Amino acid sequence: MAALPETLAAEAPSATQTESRLRAIGRNALPFLVLGLLWEIAGHAGIFPPKLFPPLETVGAALYRLTVSGILPLHAAESLLRLAAGFALAAVVGVILGILMGRSRYAEDMLLPLVSIGAPIPGIAYAPLFLLWFDLGNTSAILLVGFVSAFPIIFNTWTGVKAVKEVWVRSAQVMGADNSRLFRQVILPGALPYILTGLRLGLAQAWRILVVVELLAAVPWGLGLLIFGARQFLATDVMLAGIAVIGIIGLALEKLVFQKLEQMTVVRWGMMQS
Amino acid sequence: MTGVHLNRDRTRSLLLGTATVLAVAALYELTARSGLFPRALMPTIPKIATTFIDLCADGTMFWHVFYTLYRMLTGFALAVIVGLPLGVLMGRFRAVESFFLPIASALMPIPSLAWVPVFILWFGLGNTVTVLIVFYAAMFPMLLSAWSGMRSVNQLWLRAAGAMGADARALFWKVILPGASPFIITGLRQAFLRSWIAVVGAEMIAASEWGLGWVIYDSKEFLNVDVMLASVAVIGVIGFAFERLVFGSLERATVQRWGMVRAAKG
Repeated sequence: MAALPETLAAEAPSATQTESRLRAIGRNALPFLVLGLLWEIAGHAGIFPPKLFPPLETVGAALYRLTVSGILPLHAAESLLRLAAGFALAAVVGVILGILMGRSRYAEDMLLPLVSIGAPIPGIAYAPLFLLWFDLGNTSAILLVGFVSAFPIIFNTWTGVKAVKEVWVRSAQVMGADNSRLFRQVILPGALPYILTGLRLGLAQAWRILVVVELLAAVPWGLGLLIFGARQFLATDVMLAGIAVIGIIGLALEKLVFQKLEQMTVVRWGMMQS
Repeated sequence: MTGVHLNRDRTRSLLLGTATVLAVAALYELTARSGLFPRALMPTIPKIATTFIDLCADGTMFWHVFYTLYRMLTGFALAVIVGLPLGVLMGRFRAVESFFLPIASALMPIPSLAWVPVFILWFGLGNTVTVLIVFYAAMFPMLLSAWSGMRSVNQLWLRAAGAMGADARALFWKVILPGASPFIITGLRQAFLRSWIAVVGAEMIAASEWGLGWVIYDSKEFLNVDVMLASVAVIGVIGFAFERLVFGSLERATVQRWGMVRAAKG
């Protein structure tokens, strides 16, 4: 069935298709060209000191220089490792707590007040406290990142488990599923769209906050440190190059990782449209 | 019958919830008093409460809250003033959309706090940096939700209003804008949450004298964990109050009264 539209598309004249794609690229590129041109004019006009407002080619050169010398990849790798460690912690704890809260009334009554008290406080407010309790360095950074991303994961997992249709649970029970099969084959897949949303939100929040945490925790490497460190030397080009890399990684995490994960699971099972 | 049953259920939930919160507080108090950790790093709850009362009594807490709210609300208001009309224009005119949408999509994934060092170089330490960081953080949720709200207005309503003789102006003010308002309110909410995080973070790095973020960070130098925890609590209470009181009543006064979304149960 699914093959039909593909063959139809293949037969259609491809010249117009490439043309419309080119046009789409052109349309998306235009605003950046305009913005880049304005930036260049402002950068070269000498209104601002070039040290503070470097033209784009300087920023590009800084990006290239830092990448080739291996400094930027190392900073990025350290940041990503920290993110992965904190996020893995949050994912495991958050999903387990969320499922407990969704399945058991006791767990829900006990944990929900605690989670609701903690959630409205921005995680960054805890940063100095974590630094005092767990010392400067990686431990604090990872724990704080984990703490921040745990809340959306708990909330969404809890909602997802409660949103599993009662009919599915009953029919699985009638067909003789025991508790562990019920959990693995009905509840977990049923709640998965929500769990994935929670993980996605958690990861985005973790990435947003990691930059500042790296500065406050005074870790030796990391993208946050790169941009804040560059301020001491008025190296605005390095700062802007670092910010660009932070944005690209954030976009890549969202687009590549989560869209793939959704394609492989909930979209394939027909629970969500891509 | 069911009413009584429901009531008993709710009482049980409330009791269990209160019990857990009290148990966690008691555990904290015991750990703090046991002397396992230095008293300066883990003050007892009465100590935190007295610190909080002292800070309120001499007015310092008031000024911290005042400065934080001032910076946050200025940035937030700027974001609404710029983001809302721009989002509406993006939804109405193709040309505006195709110019600003790519730019917004490229800038949105950059965390607002990453701009702090650049803004400090450009504008110097102080209020301007914090206000602009809040603006950056709140701008994109506002813009994108206004835009998607405009696009998701039910076509049937437009045709119906058109058939009943509404001109373009009436159509916009009486159909399109109210139709987009659930999205716009969601956008305001998200923008507020983002700006609340941004203001605390930016104050830690860029503020110089007052502000809740600044006082938390500054207390670290003097090991004043009691001041820190009291301020964290104030941040939580203000955030919660805005979310429930301001946005909750905004929603009740507009989209719920118009019957566009149902109130959440409970």
